[in-house]
Parts: sequence; C-alpha cells; structure tokens
Amino acid sequence: MTSYLIENASVVGEKVADLGISGGVFVDAKSLNRDDRDVTVIDATGLVALPGLVDLHTHLRQPGMDHAETVLSGSRAAAAGGFTCVHAMANTAPVADSVGITDLVHRLGREAGYADVRPIGAVTKGLEGAELAGIGGMANGEAQVRVFSDDGHCVSDSLVMRRALEYVSTFDGVIAQHAQDPRLTEGAQINEGALSSSLGLAGWPAVAEEAIIARDILLAEYTGARLHICHLSTKGSVDIVRQAKARGAKVTAEATPHHLLLTEELTSGYDPIFKVNPPLRTNEDVLAVREGVADGTIDIVATDHAPHPSEAKDCAFDEAAFGMLGLEVAINVVQKALVETGLLSWTDVARVLSTTPAAIGGVEGYATPFALGAPAHLALHDPSGEKLATMKYSKSHNNPYRELTLPGSIKYTFYRGVATVIESEVVDLGGHA
Amino acid sequence: MRHLLDTDGLGRDQAIALLDTAAEFSGIQERKVQKLPTLRGVTVANLFFEDSTRTRLSFESAAKKLSADVITFTGQGSSLSKGESLKDTAQTIEAMGTQIMVVRHSSSGAAWRLAHSGWLNSSVVNAGDGTHAHPTQALLDAYTMRSRLHGAAATGKDLDGVRVVIVGDIAHSRVARSNVHLLNTLGAEVTLVAPKTLMPTGVDKWSVTTQNNFDEALAGSPDVVMMLRVQHERMKGSHFPSPREYVSRYGLSAERFQSLKESTLVMHPGPMNRGVEISSVAADSPQSTILEQVTNGVWVRMAVLYSVYQQGDAR
Repeated sequence: MTSYLIENASVVGEKVADLGISGGVFVDAKSLNRDDRDVTVIDATGLVALPGLVDLHTHLRQPGMDHAETVLSGSRAAAAGGFTCVHAMANTAPVADSVGITDLVHRLGREAGYADVRPIGAVTKGLEGAELAGIGGMANGEAQVRVFSDDGHCVSDSLVMRRALEYVSTFDGVIAQHAQDPRLTEGAQINEGALSSSLGLAGWPAVAEEAIIARDILLAEYTGARLHICHLSTKGSVDIVRQAKARGAKVTAEATPHHLLLTEELTSGYDPIFKVNPPLRTNEDVLAVREGVADGTIDIVATDHAPHPSEAKDCAFDEAAFGMLGLEVAINVVQKALVETGLLSWTDVARVLSTTPAAIGGVEGYATPFALGAPAHLALHDPSGEKLATMKYSKSHNNPYRELTLPGSIKYTFYRGVATVIESEVVDLGGHA
Repeated sequence: MRHLLDTDGLGRDQAIALLDTAAEFSGIQERKVQKLPTLRGVTVANLFFEDSTRTRLSFESAAKKLSADVITFTGQGSSLSKGESLKDTAQTIEAMGTQIMVVRHSSSGAAWRLAHSGWLNSSVVNAGDGTHAHPTQALLDAYTMRSRLHGAAATGKDLDGVRVVIVGDIAHSRVARSNVHLLNTLGAEVTLVAPKTLMPTGVDKWSVTTQNNFDEALAGSPDVVMMLRVQHERMKGSHFPSPREYVSRYGLSAERFQSLKESTLVMHPGPMNRGVEISSVAADSPQSTILEQVTNGVWVRMAVLYSVYQQGDAR
C-alpha cells in the first residue's frame, strides 16, 4: 500500500502542515521519507485539507433503479466531491425496509471501495407510513443501521412517528424526517407564492414543512428520542429549530447545497431540472437557511443527491420527477454560499460536512480529524479559481448548476488511505458500474 | 411573435395588431366563399392532450378558413395511454410535416416546454395549459369587449378605463390569468371576485382589485361581468361548503343580473353551468356575449395562426 506525504497543506484552513498517510491511517509526516520509493509526495501548497466529507443524505438508487445510479457510480461521484462516507436513502426498489436490503447496499459499497456506504433503513414498511419496518434487524445487521428515514415521504401519522422515535431511541438510532404535510401539498410542484400562482403550478407552502417540524420536535422532546430534520428549506423552519435548540431539544437539522444557493425564480421557465422536494424557495429563505448554518441551528450540509434518468426530466413540469444531483459540487456550493460570504470558516466546513454528520449517523473514525492512527479520510480542496459546474461521475445528468460557475475544486480524496481522486480525476479502482 | 404561449409579455401594440387582424378576417363573413388562401400549403397540427371539443373545433375552423391543412391528435385512446411522452408525441407529429402546433395540455407550462426545449421547429400556439394560460381565450374576450363597446370604430383601440369584474374559481383558472395580463396591458381595470379558498396565493401582487363579496363588486357598476365555470367537486366541501351556498353568493342570478346597468356585458368562456354560476335570464339576455365570443374566437385564432406563421423563424 502506497504511503503519502502531503506537504504544506492548509489544515482546515488554519495552519500549514505536512500530513502523513500509511497503512490506511494518518501517521506522523516526519516518519515518512520523501525519497522512499513507496512514498508518494503531494505538494499541497494552497490546498485546504479537510477531513473526508460525510453525506447524511444521498440516493444511490440501487437496488432497482440502476439506470439512474448505482452504489458504484454514486460513490465515485461522492469521491469526486471529496466524500469518504455517504448515507444511502431507503427509497430503492425494493425498499430498504429489512436487513437483507440494507446489508446488500452496505456490501455493494464495500465492494466499490470509494467510500463507506451507510444504508439508511426505512421507518415504515414499503415507505407506506403505516407499520414499522424491520428496524431492529437492520440495526443489528452487518451494516449496523443507525439512521432511519422514509425520505421522499413524510412519516405523517403522529402515532407512527411517536412509536418510531421511541423504538430507535433504545439503541441511539435517529429518525431522519422528510417534513412535508401530505394533505397541504397534494400535487405540489414548486414553492407556494406569487410565482406558483402566476405559473399555474400547484404550490408547496412553507407551512407544510414547518407544521411537521414543530410537531416532530414536540414528539422528540416528549419521548426523549433523537430527531433529525432532512433538507430544511424555509425561514420559518429555521426559527422553529432555533427555538427548540434553545430549550435543549435533541434535534439536528440539515440544509442541502441547492437550498443554500438556488431560488424559485429558476423554475419560471418550466424546466424540471429545477424541480426538487422540498422546492427551491425564496431568496429570503435562502438567506435564513445560510444564517441557520452559520449560527449552528442547522447542524450539517447534506446533498440529497437524487439522480434521475433524462426521461424523468424531459417532460412537462408536473410529470417530472423531484430531485437534483449534488455530490460532485457540494463543497463548491458551500464555498460560494457560506465561506465566501464570511459565514463559515474552513474549520466550520469540516464540522458541517464531516464531523457532525458522522456523529449524527453514528459513523466511527471521524470524531478527531487527522488524529494519528485514525482512518485516513481526507479531502484536499483547492479554493482558488472558478469553473463551470459540470458533473461527470454520476450516471444521471440532472445537474441544476450546469449554467453556473462555482469556486474551488477537489484535487485529492483519500478513503482509508487509498487515493480515490488524484488531480481531480477519480481513480479507477476496478469496479463495474 | 414566433409562438403564442401567454398574454403575459404581449405588448399593447402587438395585442392591438392581433385584434385588428382578427377584425379584418371577420370581414369574410360578408363573402360568398368564406375562405382565404393565406395559409395554403401550411399544416397545422392540433395536439389536444387534454380534450376540449369546442376549442379544438374553433382552431380547426380558423385554420381551414385560412386554407391550411389540419391534422388532429387527441389524448384519449392514443399513444399517451401507452406512456409516450409529450416530447415524443410532439416530435412524431412534427415529423409528419407541420409548421404550427396548437397545443392543449393539462400540465401548466406544456406549451412553453414544447416551444423552448429545442424539441421542435414549429411555431407553438397555446390552446390552454393546466392552470397557467389560455391566451386565445383572453384575446377573443378582449376582441368581444372592444367590438361591443366601440362597434365599427374599434380598429386601433384599446380597452382604456373599461371596468371588468371576473367571478369564480380564479385560483384554478387559466382564463382568468390570461385575461388579467391582457386586460391590464389594454388599460382595463380588473376586479377579481371569489371566496378566499378560490383566490390564488399572492394575488395581492397582481395588478387587480380583489373582492370576496360579489354584490359589493357589482355595486361599483362594472362595464363587463365575466363569469367563470366552477368545477362541481370544488363546490362540494373541498373549497366551498355546498353548491347551493356557492350559487347564492357567487352566481349571476336573475336578481343580480337585473341590478346591472343595461350596458353591462355578461361574458362566459363556456361551457356554462346554467343555474349555477349563471342564470338563464343573464345568459340569454341581449347583454350576453356568449355566442359572439364563440364566433369571435374563430377570427382571433385566424389572426394568431397567421401571425405566428408570418413570424416563424424557419420561414
């Protein structure tokens, strides 16, 4: 196994130092001899060293929708974006509501070798919102599932949500809720407001998200369980979570890159590439979500990477699928929306894109970044320059940023000491997508 | 104007030119042979993904009076039920050699997608898309108002200061949306009347007055009262307690009709629910323009087909 001596890296943007990787773990850089032929030297001058990024929310589409993405193609896209751990949502076909499926996804991730692929288990059987899925079995399986979500659907029944929270609290699991009141959003296409009315597209009102978040926080406080809120998108949601945290509620929340950068106006040309759930909101919401990340109300950034084949977007708006890609540009969007605006330092970025999502998901090896002896998960990010936000590793092409330029680029990614990205190109580890 | 997708963005001069062209075409009523050679050799495809017999026949009649060839696709019983997409269907029909596509679809933005996605070369005319727009309906309504108010002297005129009250399910109405844009452009003053449950979100940002009380709106002595059809299921508990309550609060009853000044026009885009949003007394009165609207629809659609063909890119 190759050892790496990474010289002059700006470690989380704070201090310039050398990093050593050998045997899959971080080692003292001084222990590596730069003239040793087994040691690859990387000049990291100007590059920000970040701990390997952790995504708590992706859709890798396998099993069942392999034409949109596979665990392999998705984890290659993840590596390209600096990720070394991704959580794969349960809305596959069949649904990941039992240990057979979650362990399959986990194994596919291990075989691909680009990242820890942590399956998320369904909360309810078939995502139908009625009966609890095989939660205990999934938790005890090889994949050791800790995050449960019906994402794509809201666990809208209050009693089912209460039972799910109680049940997972026995092993420190967490319910990741897709907060969307189904009755308030029947047929909903885009953010409800003057724009949805003038476009004639059914509105998705902010209150449909906020009402569920408020209810779930009360349930979490009542049951003492951990609640995680997926893709929080409105100003009102930020306020509700901020108040709950002030009371000491065990609630965490995520924001997606697209809700940090894009606004509803993009849908005015009826292009379904901008159709996502929850929908793109107003500029006021975007600013509030950014502020929420900055003050810690929102704990993490998670991509909600949602690949779809072109036919799912090449149609009328209301016939199109919800969702957009995110893995390959998350760090660039975060740089633009949060770092260049002065809201986050690179140390904060390491927290919201690595340490905290790992803690929420119960992923080991991320608690103390760069600690000697810890698994060598590392991303080297060049914050200079701007380029067109292309994506080339996902199997799908529903990239909402394609006409934008974004700053920075991931130059290297290391997963357990293995280089998965070298000079911004994903290394071929020999798997078949 | 290569396509006609909405009345939003249609300038005042452009709109008046379309109405004037329609007025010229209306002159063929006086002729023995009611047909012009203008679009001879042009193929117009009627793509009616959502069924609407009267709009389809109106476009077909307009195209034929201009000597165009017409081919028609209707949603029911077609490849749509076999899962063929909007894009594939439209490209297939265009491959048969069309220059103008008239599109009706239940999805808002469908015509916009066909015009702007690089899928087609044809000019696209929106014949109604979801709850978004119905531009030819708005044009024929404006034409009808203009010709009633100004008669033979209508050419070149707008609707400056005309007070129009539109009543009904504004939230789900493409007719209301397209009328609001065009009437604003032509200088009319629009009041929308509906219960709050049938008023669009964000209507406060539109250039209109809103009113929940029909009688108060009528007390302002409007020049035009336009009644919209309300779907039965929306009156049955989902948006309104009962049809009876709807009729009593928002129907143009005989009493309400008789309270109007004699010059007030009564309009309806059809098809009507007699006894629901409009009483027969109102619908059949000399103040009613309902059948004129149908006739004028043909002239207006002739003008639209002619204009998009004249200004199509490929020609």
